[in-house]
Amino acid sequence: MKLSYLTVEELARTAQESKKPISHIVLKEQALSMEKTEEEVYSVMQKSFQVMKESIQNGMDPNLRSASGLSGGSAYRMKQAAEQGKSHFGPLFGNALAMALAVAEYNSSMGRIVAAPTAGSCGVLPAALVSVMEDKKLPENQVVMSLFTASAIGMVIAKNASISGAEGGCQAEVGTASAMAACALTELLGGTPHMVCNSCAIALKNILGLVCDPVAGLVEVPCIKRNALGVANAFTACQLSLAGIQSAIPTEEVIQAMKRIGQQMPSALKETAEGGLAATPTGCRLCQEIFG
Amino acid sequence: MNVFDIVGPVMIGPSSSHTAGAARIGKAARLLLDEEPLEAEILFHGSFAKTYRGHGTDKAVTGGILGFDPWDPRIRNSLGLAAEAGMKLDIITGIIEDAHPNTVQIRLIGKSGKSVSLQGASVGGGNILITRINGMAVNFSGQYPTLIVLHHDHPGAIAHVTALVSGCQANIANFRLSRQEKGGLAIMTIEMDQPMDASAAQNIRSIPDVVDVVLLKLS
Repeated sequence: MKLSYLTVEELARTAQESKKPISHIVLKEQALSMEKTEEEVYSVMQKSFQVMKESIQNGMDPNLRSASGLSGGSAYRMKQAAEQGKSHFGPLFGNALAMALAVAEYNSSMGRIVAAPTAGSCGVLPAALVSVMEDKKLPENQVVMSLFTASAIGMVIAKNASISGAEGGCQAEVGTASAMAACALTELLGGTPHMVCNSCAIALKNILGLVCDPVAGLVEVPCIKRNALGVANAFTACQLSLAGIQSAIPTEEVIQAMKRIGQQMPSALKETAEGGLAATPTGCRLCQEIFG
Repeated sequence: MNVFDIVGPVMIGPSSSHTAGAARIGKAARLLLDEEPLEAEILFHGSFAKTYRGHGTDKAVTGGILGFDPWDPRIRNSLGLAAEAGMKLDIITGIIEDAHPNTVQIRLIGKSGKSVSLQGASVGGGNILITRINGMAVNFSGQYPTLIVLHHDHPGAIAHVTALVSGCQANIANFRLSRQEKGGLAIMTIEMDQPMDASAAQNIRSIPDVVDVVLLKLS
């Protein structure tokens, strides 16, 4: 079996033909191409999942602060609110937001995280998977397996468009992370390979055009809250797709659109901290305060 | 590209280029020195020079110099750990001509008095490119086992070294030679598909024109 990871459709078709979830065919193919056993490859992924869970826990620390002093402590606040019954859109949603903030804030404070696909967007995938795993009491091995589906989707996007904010804006980072999370959740919650493919399209469409405009060039403002947005986007795309709602634009064409939008985006809005929020009066003042 | 390039690497935040890549360049310098460092000078250029404090790039490079991998939580406290270890640390900023925006130049002096300098760029996603060693232009990523041979620019030196490489069944993926001047000091960087064992690398050291050999492999 050979997978090119050039289209999401290839993944869905191959899975459908072999009557297996996308995660299974990806694990099998990756083991072959890395010349390792499936158990060995699975165990590396399992270790990464452990690091994800630790980063959620560590990021909830009320005293966590980044080196710049710009961020820290909002995951704790969100968790407190959720625990006090003030998660207004359901406990799962509140917990997921808290977890996304936790991992992103832990990253900003030089904590150990798993880039997924990047460090700036590292909160989306762990938050989506761990919050749903806890809420629905899913077995952990299924969740680890779903990371193979997420990675395969990320590979297709990386090969056809970009996963770097400097190249494609935030749509490439948090956008890709939300698509990966939406696809992993869709498989975990019993969606067909075709629904997984559809989730990818919807998640990306929802976030097309989002720029990368970090204040002072640091991975903090607005990156941390955009990780919370990413998990909400993943839930939205997964839920719509599982309800049988189709994306009008096919997945591959959405990825192409994302690539072209990234190319058309001015460089001031691609990680250079020269435009968008970074160039607001407050953004400039914060930069001045941090770097003098 | 494989699944672990997308879900991964496991790293200390906040940025794959400003911390993970930076730590790997620091580690490359340490492997090149091949002994405990007593003094380190870190020069940041471009985006590194502007934002190293906010990103913790200084801690990442210092952690690498102390031998830490990009996922080692000790990176957070590396400046304190360097001081505890008695390492003199000098962090400066400057302009390096024609260099990538995320470039750092590291000079190390080891306990035997050995000194090395290494310049590298963090080119995205935690990937790096080592661009200078001891002032001489090189170009390698550290992803392959890389043999770095400092030698006198005399006829036959390359043939001698590559014969020993082929003797241990290692296939050369990339070869580059750089020299200060004709007949002066030169450097070979040899990227190999297969790892070479340390004793074979030591045999290269006994070739008459060879001054120093380091086998460098970054994880």
